Amino acid sequence: MQITLRVKRYNPEAPEERRSWTQDYKVDVPEDSTVLDSLIQVREYVDDSLSLRCSCRGAICGSCAMRVNGHAALGCKSKVQKLLGKDNVIAVEPMGNQPVIKDLVVDMTVFWDKIRQVQPWLQPQGPEPEAEYVAPNEAMQHLVGVMGCIMCGACVSDCTVLEVDKNFIGPAALAKAYRFVADPRDGHAKDRLGLYNKAGGIWDCTRCFECVQVCPKGVAPMDRIMALRDQAIDAGFIGSYGARHAEAFASSVEHSGTVNEMSLVVNTFGMFNLPKLLGLLPLAIRAGYKRKMPPLFHKPVEGIAGVRRIFHKAEEQQKAARG
Amino acid sequence: MLQHDVLVVGAGLAGMRAALAAKQAGANVAIISKVTPVRSHSNAAQGGINAALTDRGDDWKEHAYETVKGSDYLGDQDAIEILSQDAGRAVIELEHMGVVFSRGPDGLLGTRRFGGQQRARTFFVADITGQAMLHVLFEQLLKSGITLYEEWFVTSLVMEDGQCRGVVALEIKSGKLELITSPAVVLATGGCGRIYEPSTNGLIVTGDGMALAYKAGAPLMDMEMVQYHPTTLKQNGILITEAARGEGGYLLNGKGERFMDKYAPSMKELASRDVVSRSEQTEINEGRGVNGCVLLDLRHLGRQVIETKLAYINEVALDYLGISLAEAPIPIRPGMHYMMGGIKTDVHGATRVPGLYAAGETACVSVHGANRLGANSLLDTVVFGRRAGDASAAYAKERGHKNVSEAFVADEEARIKGILARSTDGDSVAKIRLEMGQVMNDNISVFRHEEGMKKAQTTIRRLKERYARVGVQNKGKVFNTGLIFSLELGYMLDVAETIAAGALARKESRGAHARVDMPDRDDANFLKHALVFRTESGPRIDWLPVTMTQWQPQKRVY
Repeated sequence: MQITLRVKRYNPEAPEERRSWTQDYKVDVPEDSTVLDSLIQVREYVDDSLSLRCSCRGAICGSCAMRVNGHAALGCKSKVQKLLGKDNVIAVEPMGNQPVIKDLVVDMTVFWDKIRQVQPWLQPQGPEPEAEYVAPNEAMQHLVGVMGCIMCGACVSDCTVLEVDKNFIGPAALAKAYRFVADPRDGHAKDRLGLYNKAGGIWDCTRCFECVQVCPKGVAPMDRIMALRDQAIDAGFIGSYGARHAEAFASSVEHSGTVNEMSLVVNTFGMFNLPKLLGLLPLAIRAGYKRKMPPLFHKPVEGIAGVRRIFHKAEEQQKAARG
Repeated sequence: MLQHDVLVVGAGLAGMRAALAAKQAGANVAIISKVTPVRSHSNAAQGGINAALTDRGDDWKEHAYETVKGSDYLGDQDAIEILSQDAGRAVIELEHMGVVFSRGPDGLLGTRRFGGQQRARTFFVADITGQAMLHVLFEQLLKSGITLYEEWFVTSLVMEDGQCRGVVALEIKSGKLELITSPAVVLATGGCGRIYEPSTNGLIVTGDGMALAYKAGAPLMDMEMVQYHPTTLKQNGILITEAARGEGGYLLNGKGERFMDKYAPSMKELASRDVVSRSEQTEINEGRGVNGCVLLDLRHLGRQVIETKLAYINEVALDYLGISLAEAPIPIRPGMHYMMGGIKTDVHGATRVPGLYAAGETACVSVHGANRLGANSLLDTVVFGRRAGDASAAYAKERGHKNVSEAFVADEEARIKGILARSTDGDSVAKIRLEMGQVMNDNISVFRHEEGMKKAQTTIRRLKERYARVGVQNKGKVFNTGLIFSLELGYMLDVAETIAAGALARKESRGAHARVDMPDRDDANFLKHALVFRTESGPRIDWLPVTMTQWQPQKRVY
């Protein structure tokens, strides 16, 4: 099968005006090939100056994350046939949110620095038992799902928060963080939650779902971040804007069936937090101009009793689940 | 110049375990790896790690005996006793570090069955045990603060007065060569699977450590013992774990028969790997296969077991074959997987070159002999990795540092310049590698004979001549993977030559070395290790007796 790989290339050693370019490689590959197979064919038989990382070919080493047709993916898990666009072209680029070293190779230094930030090692409390720790198999099974993370960087590549805020710890590191908080053998869940509760931590995710979408291993980093939020609130970390926003959001819906945007702002930032509230004034004025200003008096929706019943039921279930 | 007490080359399980041990012994340790540690091929180990836990009513002697039997009596029994006796401690240690081993209903570690063993003593994390262990050891490495030279490629060992005093390495990102000196170097670079095509091994598994040690004068041992794993995918060689059979999977031929009944009436699918691979190949050769494969059938295990305990191979089957294991059998065949042979070491990881140590697949202690049991390789990495770390730290402390001439770097710079200066007309690194891979897979594989092995040997010699003339297109410095592949191919050709030499020298059948022209084991003449030394005119073979403690050779029946 004839395909064209449209590869975004970069060579830092070339003269400045010719450092980055897009190159088309036409290759003949078997029908069941992956993008990685095709790139290897280019590298081996067409152009050995094309740099990329790869090793296992089986989605376990995490080396070959790249952007394929605009989204982060493992080259070895991307079947050519499913990706062919017009004229049998597949677009290949390096991962996003990380500086490019050469061609498809990015510098993952920051990725690993963020992993280090979450203290990624087990911290048991008290003396080690002589034999293994006794732990329920369900808990271990659950952790296997998170340990499935191969640190490929796909989630970080496509994280929309990291695009604008380099300070965010990011989906991979927070999923790793969850792995320790959820480990019954770890004795420092509260300290960890305190650490992840800080700026750049769990409350900075905007829930855009990109990381869940692109993760090749089903780790669902965003869901892990949401679980960390719940646990942080349960552990008493309720002072952050994020936690207060979540609380205000829920209580508004419980009270009236919809979000009261006025009280949401006030309850999140606090009634006397004048600098923050004043800072929002321009936004309020612009909203007013566009006739998007929320009403001053917020009325409950019809059938609010039903909404409240749902709330109580959910709360009961949550309580029961936590024992 | 960079200086450490202990320098570990390779950041897979053996390398990281060695580095942690050396650090704990008080040494200034660095680890150097051509890839980020979690990209190492230990990742791909799926099924588990063996240990006979005494408090579960198991007996290390049973594990040791089965390992000896599995090795076709070529394993050194003193080393195997160490392996089996230390296994329980090693597994508990991993658990304490954070490995999320599967549990039983009592919350204690659970086990599954593996090949060549009567008892279930394989501890596991679903079917990603290697990955789970590798990531946890990496966590410990981050915690330890050990210096990490990440994406640095070792081009040569620094040898002075017959001693190893460090390495010259290429920082891949910048293309700069550096001298790193250390009184002790531990090689933990894994196997050399890419010598074969196909192989279950990742593209980075190129025998670097074996070739470096061989060139430095350390002998390699039992290199002819190349394991073909019974269950690999036809199109890309990817591994399907033995745990699939450990959990109860069947092997079927084209007629739908469970053919292992014939070859191993008692252990069936869970006979040792050499036996199962030969049985499959026989079925295929005699026309009872399916397009060059046999079938692995897991349907009767049910979705629940497949999706929890075998989730990764199910993902692989879906990704590459479009088949769900719960719904249909998959075609598999024997594929090159593991090197039982490697750099000859003692039980402390010391090679015959002072200052040079080795551990893991790159080493040959020997605990695997002529055939490794499944789930003994992960055990080997942590048990002997730790011992090599301890011993190298002690050695470094005793010897101290010596000044090393910077001329070593200049020599390597000149060599690399030479490679880059060559033209690429017609020939290429990839073409040479593919020819090597095919000739090895055709001739030194599940079944072998004199003529084929000779053909492989002469082909490798010819390819070495071509290699000496071939260049790379990329002339740049930054992340020049073309150059790295060229250097790796040089390593692989050297190691391939030792495999052929060992195979031709062993005039019998034993374990993975099954000769159709000499089908019997010959204990009178070949119950001994083949040592391969490098000479100007090619590999030279010497022999070394097998260490036996309590088990005399018997006929091997499964």
